[in-house]
Amino acid sequence: MSLSYAVSDSVVITRRHLKHTTRIPELLFFSVMQPIIFILLFTVVFANAIKIPGMDYKNYMMPAIFVQTMAFATTGTAAGFADDLHKGLIDRFRSLPMARSAVLIGRLVAEAARNTLTLFIMIGAGYAVGFRFQNGLLPALGGIVLLVAFAFAFSSIGTVIGLGVKTVEAAQMAGMIWIFPLTFLSNGFVPMTSLPGWLQGIVRYSPVTAMNNALRAMFYGHGQALASPALQSVVWIAGISVVFLFLGVRQYKKAAG
Amino acid sequence: MIVAEGLAKHYGKVTALDGVDLRVPAGTVLGLLGPNGAGKTTAVRSLPPLLRPDTGRATVAGHDVLRDPAAVRKVIGLSGQYAAVDEHLTGRENLDMVGRLFHLGGKASQARAAELLERFDLVDAADRVTKTYSGGMRRRLDLAASLVARPQVIFLDEPTTGLDPRSRLGMWDVIRELVREGATLLLTTQYLEEADALADNIAIIDSGKLIAQGTANELKAQVGGERVELVVADRSEVPKAVAALESLATADPVVDEDTHMVTVQVSGGTRALADVVRELDTAGVVAQDLAFRRPTLDEVFLSLTGHSTEEGS
Ligand SMILES: Nc1ncnc2c1ncn2[C@@H]1O[C@H](COP(=O)(O)OP(=O)(O)OP(=O)(O)O)[C@@H](O)[C@H]1O
Ligand SMILES: [Mg+2]
Repeated sequence: MSLSYAVSDSVVITRRHLKHTTRIPELLFFSVMQPIIFILLFTVVFANAIKIPGMDYKNYMMPAIFVQTMAFATTGTAAGFADDLHKGLIDRFRSLPMARSAVLIGRLVAEAARNTLTLFIMIGAGYAVGFRFQNGLLPALGGIVLLVAFAFAFSSIGTVIGLGVKTVEAAQMAGMIWIFPLTFLSNGFVPMTSLPGWLQGIVRYSPVTAMNNALRAMFYGHGQALASPALQSVVWIAGISVVFLFLGVRQYKKAAG
Repeated sequence: MIVAEGLAKHYGKVTALDGVDLRVPAGTVLGLLGPNGAGKTTAVRSLPPLLRPDTGRATVAGHDVLRDPAAVRKVIGLSGQYAAVDEHLTGRENLDMVGRLFHLGGKASQARAAELLERFDLVDAADRVTKTYSGGMRRRLDLAASLVARPQVIFLDEPTTGLDPRSRLGMWDVIRELVREGATLLLTTQYLEEADALADNIAIIDSGKLIAQGTANELKAQVGGERVELVVADRSEVPKAVAALESLATADPVVDEDTHMVTVQVSGGTRALADVVRELDTAGVVAQDLAFRRPTLDEVFLSLTGHSTEEGS
C-alpha cells in the first residue's frame, strides 16, 4: 500500500520536473553547453601536449569529462530543492498525505532522464571530435548506465545541500565548489604517475578514479580487468546514494521547521 | 475540531510562541489576530504539522498532530502566508498535481481541478503557466489547491493580505461558503474588521502570547465600540469639538494637533453618529471631515495591552 503510493507519488513528481525541462529549455541548453565547451577545449588545447602511452588523449580524457558533467548534477539538484523550499512548495508537499520519499525520488528520477539526454548529446559531440567506443555496444551501454547512476548518487548529495541551506545561491555554490577539485584530483586528465607521490595515495581511492578506470575498460577495453574498478564504482554509487537519500529524507521531514 | 494546548516554540533567543491554547469547535471559524511577528504563522504551522513545537500538544479532528501526522494530513487543507504554486506549471496542472498527490486518481483530479478553476474565476488563465499570474490570482490558486480534497479542517494564513478590496471581498465570500459547507477554519489576519466579518471567535496574539479571546462582541465590549473621527478647519476649534463630544465619548478623546483630528470612542452604532452630529451642530462646530469606523488593531492593542503594535513589549 504505502510502497505503491511511494511509486505513484514519485511518478507525479517526476512528471512535474519533466514538464519543467520542456518549459525552461535554456536550462538544458546551458547544462549541455558547458561540457561541450570542455570537450572542445581539452581536445584542442591538450591533445598534443599530454601524451598517454598506448592511447589517444581524446579518448583518454573523454570518460573524465562525462564523469565530471555527471558530478555537476549535484548543483542542479541543490538549487532546485532550495528554490522549492524558498517558494513554499516543500511546505505544500509536506502538508499533503503523500509519500515522504516521493519529492526526492521523483526529482532524482527526472534528473536521471535529463542527465541521460545530456550524456547522449555529449557523446555526439565527442564523436564529432574523434572520440570512439572501441569495445562493442554492450560494454558501452554498461558505461552509460554507470554514468547515469553516478549522477543519481551525486544528485542525492544535492538534496541534502538544497534542503540544508537558506538560499538558492548558497545551494548553487555549495553544490559546485568541491566538484572541480574532486574531478581534477583523479587520473581523468593526466596519468596518475604524473602526480606527486602523496597525492597519488589519495587519488588512487577517489570514486572519480574508479569511474575513469571502469569507463576506460568498458569503452576501450583499456587497462586492467574491468571487474575491480567497476565494482568499486558501484560500491561508491550505492554507498553515496543510500547515505545521502537517508539524510535527505530526514531533512525533508523537518525542512524549515 | 482543533485543540491546541500550551504550544511553545523558540528560535534561539526569539520566543515565537509562548504557551498558546486554541480551541476551534467543529464548523466554526477562529480568527487569529495579531501584528507582524506575533507568532500567527508559527501557530498555524505547528498544526499540520510543518514544524515541531518545543512543548505543547495539539489534536486536529481527533488525531494527535505529532503522533499521527499522516492522519491529520488527510483531513486538512493548508494555504500558507505566501502562495505556494509551481510557477512553471499551469494553474490546471498545479491543481491536478495536488489531486493526484491526495490519491484522488487521474480522472477525479482533473475533474476537481476544472471545478476549482471555475469557482475561483481562473478559467481564462487555467492553461497559462502561473509565472504569468498576478499576486491575487496566485493567492486564489493557492487557496484552490488547499481545497482539492474537500478538507474538513482548513488553515489559512493571512488569506487576504495583498489583495485589492474587490478580491478581498471575493475571498470573504469563498471563506463563508466553505463554512456553510461545514468546514472548520483557522485563519490568521492583521485586520480586526476581517476577523469580525468572518470569525465566530477571535484570539488576539502578541509576542507569542494570547492576550484576549472571545467573540467579536465580547472583544468589542472590552476594547470599546466604534470610533468617530472628525477633522475641523482650524486648530482653535479643536477644544470646542472635544468639549461638545465629552458627554458621548466612552473614553478620553484622542487629539492629533497637526491634522486637527479628534477621535472619539462611542457606543450604540450609527445612532451615536447622529448624536455626534447633533452635538457638534449645537456647539456651532463645523467638521470638514467626519468618519465612523471600527477600532483598528492598533487601538485594540492599546486598550488591551497599554502599548501599540509598533512598540513591541
Ligand atoms: N525560522 C525562524 N527562525 C528564526 N526566527 C523565526 C523563525 N520563524 C519565525 N521566527 C520568529 O518568530 C516570531 C514569530 O514569527 P511568525 O512568523 O509566527 O509571526 P507572524 O505573526 O506570522 O508575523 P507576520 O504577520 O509578519 O506574518 C518572529 O519574531 C519571527 O522573527
Ligand atoms: Mg505570518
